[in-house]
Amino acid sequence: MSDITSQSLTQLVKNIKTKKLSSEDVTKAFVARSEKSKELNTYISEDFSNAIDKAKKFDEKPNLDLKLPGIPMAIKDLFCTKDIRTTAGSKILENFIPTYESTVTHNIWDEGAILLGKLNCDEFAMGSSNETSFYGNVQNPIDKGLVPGGSSGGSAAALSGQLTPITIGTDTGGSIRQPASFTGTVGLKPTYGSCSRYGIVAFASSLDQAGPMSQSVEDSALLLEVISSYDIKDSTSIDFKRNQYSKELTKNIKGKKIGIPKEYRVEGMPKEIEELWKKGIEYAKDCGAEIIDISLPHTNYALPTYYIVAPAEASSNLARYDGVKYGFRAKGKNLIDMYEKTRSQGFGAEVQRRIMIGTYVLSSGYYDAYYLKAQKVRKLIKNDFDEAYKKVDAILTPSTPSSAFKIGEKKDDPVSMYLNDIFTVPVNLAGLPAISIPAGHDAAGYPLGLQIIGKAFKEQEILNLAYAMEDKISFKNKITDWWIK
Amino acid sequence: MSIDLKTIKHISKLSRILVDEQKAEKLAGDLNSIFKFIEKLNQLNTDKVEPLTSVAETTLKLRSDEVKSKNIREQIIKNSPEDNEDFFVVPKVVE
Repeated sequence: MSDITSQSLTQLVKNIKTKKLSSEDVTKAFVARSEKSKELNTYISEDFSNAIDKAKKFDEKPNLDLKLPGIPMAIKDLFCTKDIRTTAGSKILENFIPTYESTVTHNIWDEGAILLGKLNCDEFAMGSSNETSFYGNVQNPIDKGLVPGGSSGGSAAALSGQLTPITIGTDTGGSIRQPASFTGTVGLKPTYGSCSRYGIVAFASSLDQAGPMSQSVEDSALLLEVISSYDIKDSTSIDFKRNQYSKELTKNIKGKKIGIPKEYRVEGMPKEIEELWKKGIEYAKDCGAEIIDISLPHTNYALPTYYIVAPAEASSNLARYDGVKYGFRAKGKNLIDMYEKTRSQGFGAEVQRRIMIGTYVLSSGYYDAYYLKAQKVRKLIKNDFDEAYKKVDAILTPSTPSSAFKIGEKKDDPVSMYLNDIFTVPVNLAGLPAISIPAGHDAAGYPLGLQIIGKAFKEQEILNLAYAMEDKISFKNKITDWWIK
Repeated sequence: MSIDLKTIKHISKLSRILVDEQKAEKLAGDLNSIFKFIEKLNQLNTDKVEPLTSVAETTLKLRSDEVKSKNIREQIIKNSPEDNEDFFVVPKVVE
């Protein structure tokens, strides 16, 4: 079967369960395609031969009751994997080999999946283009020289390039949804507290969430079912009744109320995005949903708030990289000199910038003016959503203010890079779930995404809306395999 | 407000990140443009707003204080850049 890699996760699971395909067939197909796709630079660490061995072992005694039976999967290199190098895209963790497994990946292997390798990402997930990775740029399979988005850029590129049938990313300010939008794939950020953060390299702990990235809504529903779990090892994990997301998936969304926030019509937004949004509204109406105009008055303040809260938390989280316990160490004259050299040589420019912003806003004399102020505005942003959700079930917006941009285009202007996350950041600040689905193309043929934001813990609701709309949109990714010689 | 080189030196010290003159100038420029963007928040009056510290509306769970990991000294030391079997080794701190 030559078309194995173009099958969705759901199809592959079905074919393995009905014994039309073996895990070995599937694993070898994705390994072979990954081997031919080095130019995309998606993998930081490959584990191909182990993957094939594990697949053979699975086939000897297949447990077909599992949710991901013998399914090979590459994952973002931000998840700690026992005995397999985990770098977070940073030089400072170049030789770090975790002695434990993250809860999310543990759940995945428990359901029968097999690790293919670890995927490139922005350093410590700080970036929107995958250009901050110590391990180099990732190419977007959509076109040569195009960024795949970030920070889960390697995940998005490997997925849309069909090097993995499904993957996981992490989303602190849009790091799943923006790359999904840039590569014509589906990305879901769950409610804060749904998926355990245990064993995920920390960036901003009050915002970080892991989530599925996939070719279809159905696939994301299935993977969410596997990774969402209450975990005693994460003090912010929430013990709530989780749905059987894939089984409960329905296209019947008749009478659902969808809000359209007027503040998301930002100045200078390309006409194509405006039109995509209008089309999205029509699709939702066609599915039987009711459209309601709403207001989220503090939207404009979300990005400045984020760029205080996230760096503040990062500066605290990244204090652990001191060259003593693990990771890179530079030589120094004394202890302090060693710390300072280790951190200035081990971290890249963007990470250093954010640590310094964070340190500044938390420092004596500035804490109230910046950090406390940001926490207060964060409350106002959350209040906006609480108010809107009295009237609507979900909110529909574009995922990003533009399609994928060229490598190098925004690299020297941090603020213009940050503006990429204008539609995704408010969701993290309010801790809500949101999904990005591919919904159209711009003039250059690059994909554009729509975002559906839900109420807290109502992942099923946004999955259903996305599932119904996906059917109407019938999006086809334009990928030419240009990188395969 | 503007971030000058003296402030950059101060933050660099607090962050334990070595910053040379050339890097300091670039950082001052970047940080100034970022803070100009951040200062938009001052347009809002937040005097009567409670700060949001966690979106997870839950109280932290209590658990009994039990030792769950035993004999993992080797695992803990495994990734250290320099150790002498039982301890992390750092440059001399006491003369």
